[in-house]
Amino acid sequence: MFWLKRNLPRIVIAPSFGVIAWFVYGFIFWTIYVSFTKSKLLPQYQFWGLDQYYRLWSMPRWHIAVENLFIFTILFIILCVLIGIILAILLDQKIRAEGFLRTIYLYPMALSFIVTGTAWRWMLNPTLGLEKFAQDLGFSSFTFDWLVTPGMSIYTIVIAGVWQSSGFIMAIFLAGLRSIDDEIIKAAKIDGAGLISLYTKIILPMMRPVFMSAIVILVHLAIKSYDLVIALTAGGPGISSDMPAVFMTQMAFHRSEIGLASASAIMMFLTVSAIVVPYLYSELKREDDRK
Amino acid sequence: MIENNNQKYQQLEKASKTKNTIYRWILFLILAVFAAYYIAPLYVMIVTSFKTMAEIRQGNLFALPNDLNLESWYVAWNGQGFAAGDVFLKTYFWNSAKMVLPAVIISTIMGAINGYALTKWRFKGDSYIFLLFLFGTFIPYQSILLPMSRTLGFMGISNSIFGLILVHVIYGLCFTTLFCRNYYVSISDEIVKAARIDGAGFFKIFFKIMLPISAPILVVTVIWQFTQIWNDFLFGATFTFGKEAPIQVALNNMVLTSSSVKRYNVDMAAAIIAGFPTLIVYVLAGKYFIRGLTAGSVKG
Amino acid sequence: MKKIIAIFAMVLAPTFSYAGSSAEVLHWWTSGGEAKALKVLKDDFAAKGGAWTDMPVAGGGGDAAMQTLKARIVANDAPAAAQIKGPTIQAYDREGVVAPYNIDAVAKAEGWDKLLSKQVASHMKCDDGKAYCAAPVNIHRIDWFWANKKVLDSNGIKMPKSWDEFNAAADKLQAKGIIPLAHGSQPWQDATVFEAVALGIGGNDFYRKAFVEADAATLGGPVMVKIFDQMRKLKNYTDPGSPGRDWNVATAMVMEGKAGFQIMGDWAKGEFAAAGLNPDVDYYCGTTPSDNGYLYNVDSFIFFKVEGQDKVEGQKLLASLMMGQDFQKVFNIYKGSIPARLDVPMDDFDICAKKSNKDLNTAAKKGGLLPSFAHGMTLELGVKGAIQDVVTEHFNSDMSSQDAVTKLSAAVMAAS
Repeated sequence: MFWLKRNLPRIVIAPSFGVIAWFVYGFIFWTIYVSFTKSKLLPQYQFWGLDQYYRLWSMPRWHIAVENLFIFTILFIILCVLIGIILAILLDQKIRAEGFLRTIYLYPMALSFIVTGTAWRWMLNPTLGLEKFAQDLGFSSFTFDWLVTPGMSIYTIVIAGVWQSSGFIMAIFLAGLRSIDDEIIKAAKIDGAGLISLYTKIILPMMRPVFMSAIVILVHLAIKSYDLVIALTAGGPGISSDMPAVFMTQMAFHRSEIGLASASAIMMFLTVSAIVVPYLYSELKREDDRK
Repeated sequence: MIENNNQKYQQLEKASKTKNTIYRWILFLILAVFAAYYIAPLYVMIVTSFKTMAEIRQGNLFALPNDLNLESWYVAWNGQGFAAGDVFLKTYFWNSAKMVLPAVIISTIMGAINGYALTKWRFKGDSYIFLLFLFGTFIPYQSILLPMSRTLGFMGISNSIFGLILVHVIYGLCFTTLFCRNYYVSISDEIVKAARIDGAGFFKIFFKIMLPISAPILVVTVIWQFTQIWNDFLFGATFTFGKEAPIQVALNNMVLTSSSVKRYNVDMAAAIIAGFPTLIVYVLAGKYFIRGLTAGSVKG
Repeated sequence: MKKIIAIFAMVLAPTFSYAGSSAEVLHWWTSGGEAKALKVLKDDFAAKGGAWTDMPVAGGGGDAAMQTLKARIVANDAPAAAQIKGPTIQAYDREGVVAPYNIDAVAKAEGWDKLLSKQVASHMKCDDGKAYCAAPVNIHRIDWFWANKKVLDSNGIKMPKSWDEFNAAADKLQAKGIIPLAHGSQPWQDATVFEAVALGIGGNDFYRKAFVEADAATLGGPVMVKIFDQMRKLKNYTDPGSPGRDWNVATAMVMEGKAGFQIMGDWAKGEFAAAGLNPDVDYYCGTTPSDNGYLYNVDSFIFFKVEGQDKVEGQKLLASLMMGQDFQKVFNIYKGSIPARLDVPMDDFDICAKKSNKDLNTAAKKGGLLPSFAHGMTLELGVKGAIQDVVTEHFNSDMSSQDAVTKLSAAVMAAS
């Protein structure tokens, strides 16, 4: 009985832990194994070696996808955090219409990728959308054809992605600002800190943990940016806005290259691990040390 | 001392009033520009859904419709009246509702208990376990579809809403645990310690003490989960079939249909219908969402 | 709380059906003519006492549907029938998920060998051509020109008989400010145009060597350079809004006279029909220039291994209905294609379908009846995808034809 009581927290965690162990980590190991096989149409389990990885890295399309992932992730995170912070700070200036504006900034998060993609494809389409609108207004030389320009279409995905997620990041930062003690701000103002240095020197450094939440969520969204790509450009024009998640899905389900797809999934996973795990670990460590 | 400071502070505030007016205008301008960026797609969707196809082809993207044409909304909801292969949202909307409720409730409760156990009853290695949960949020879902369906098939719940609920609970757990843990970590351990000294057990403390003060974070978790599950297409399309499919699959069938003349007005009406529940949640509960986040969920 | 329990009960209650035969059909035909055509099948099935479950998953020419299908197969819970075609049918058979060929008995009893051409029948057979495992519903032709009659007539343009003629006509239209080629630059549409050009410029034997046998020398040869040169010309005949456009939007551009031509399979005809337009009155249908070539795309349904007598019965009934004379006629009139079955009277079909039927026989005699690679009737999917990647990359960039050819042979080597 005492044992049960002592270990109750562990027992309570156990089912969730078991579920995660199997459905997340078990499946990762499954994927690793399949990436070493010759699996084509359906998974098969005869060991084949590292060939799928050689094939993967010899494919120009994979290189395009990886490059795009870096462009997208970096821009997406920087813009979301930047816009999120700016909007949060501005909204925090005791604006009368705050509730209204906040809802407007936040609502894109509520929409699914199909909805987002459909709407933005319209807006960015040169013959139907913004370009035509501006030209109808009389700006006849106005061009905005990124969606159909190879090499630029990846940036339209950034635009739509930032549109969808930056409001949420704004909410997180706004919440962070609100939880900072007013007295600290007052004291800083009395000490003669200007508005900008107040934020850059005092408030933002205090919000370190907020950045952690924001970045976890943004990396998560960036890597899974499958939906947005499909809905907006489907990887086009050509294959110029391909991304690893799109690549993997195409290979696994449409091209009957399940082994190759698994190899690409593992590469994605390794990349994330290399970036995120040390960061998360150090953050958790800091937290523990504070205790 | 404090009073003195307050006086000084008010003087400072007054002095900067003129400067403030200019600042305010700039501030409003920036906020308005961003508001336009965010609202434009929704605006386009709404006006398009009320236009006729002729108006859409000729007219301007941002122009208001000539009159309120409700037909596209009717078609989106009820279909065009084909007996087979017709696309409409009606039944699928309720499918999603049936799926989303249990999935959200179960994953939220489990997340809350996990978060509580990981913060208030710390044991050796709990940080690592949390790290495992956290890292689970980064798994690309496409790579787990096949082993998942094998597992579901093995459990005999392949192809059912029940299976879909299970999938959503499992992959939602990582997030709900993350949110709740970060909230509970900011709550003073003293309350729990006091209760333990009084002889209260694990579950008693959870239900009597933690749960009543968890409302803010539960709101955040529920909103997040609701949005994720309602908007999911991948799992819905992979693990359900035919009449049991959730709404995003129906919407996809409608919008991405491969033949027949594109009816953009119907597409847009359908998109708004499919996004309506989540939109309402964000509009009505947005305030509590921010409040919940403020209450500590974002403190690391 | 009661409500929650009620919801749980609703969710968990299994749905039983006690009909003698049942079938779950996975497809991606979700609207317009296809939906109407499908209704015919569904009604026939119900009339014979079967319980029909529809599994439509639209989008990306079946990309999403493939996810569903593979998940089901891996879960040992395959649907009765799925919209699968070409060599993928035999590939599934090699994975062991098709045997014991439940519909073979029906096919033998009904004499499908006599009802189908040899070429079509060979696509439907598993187990080294010994047993039927799939049923064909139609034959689409890929290598078509669709043109606006008014635009062509008023500019004195005739349907082109050679690619040079087409280029001349396109130049003329472009000078008048009309978009010569309505095109949606999505990978599969680029590949569709590409194979029509390859058939025309390379000829029948070239096409067979390159896209049926995946012969490296042919894929990397000088003829291929010429084909890519023509692709570059075609690109310049499209408008800037072309990338990502859906094919039916491109068809609408031809209808409205914004564009002169479109190169697309005969499902485009369904669009013209839906808009109330008629061939030779409002639009022209003509084949793209080639030496009696005919690129075919046969839509078919594969019948997987299933458990349970009612499901097996359902498969048999379904296969029999799909091959029914009446169904093949009605379905194909809606769909724009021609029947796979040889003995369906063509009287009620329009002139384009009649032409397709006639050309099919000529092409079969002259060795020009060839499977479409863009639509998955030949080549392994990985190889097909690799070719498609290069084609679409070339079409949407300023890559030189020589570079494209080099890339093409390298990509095919890597994929096979």
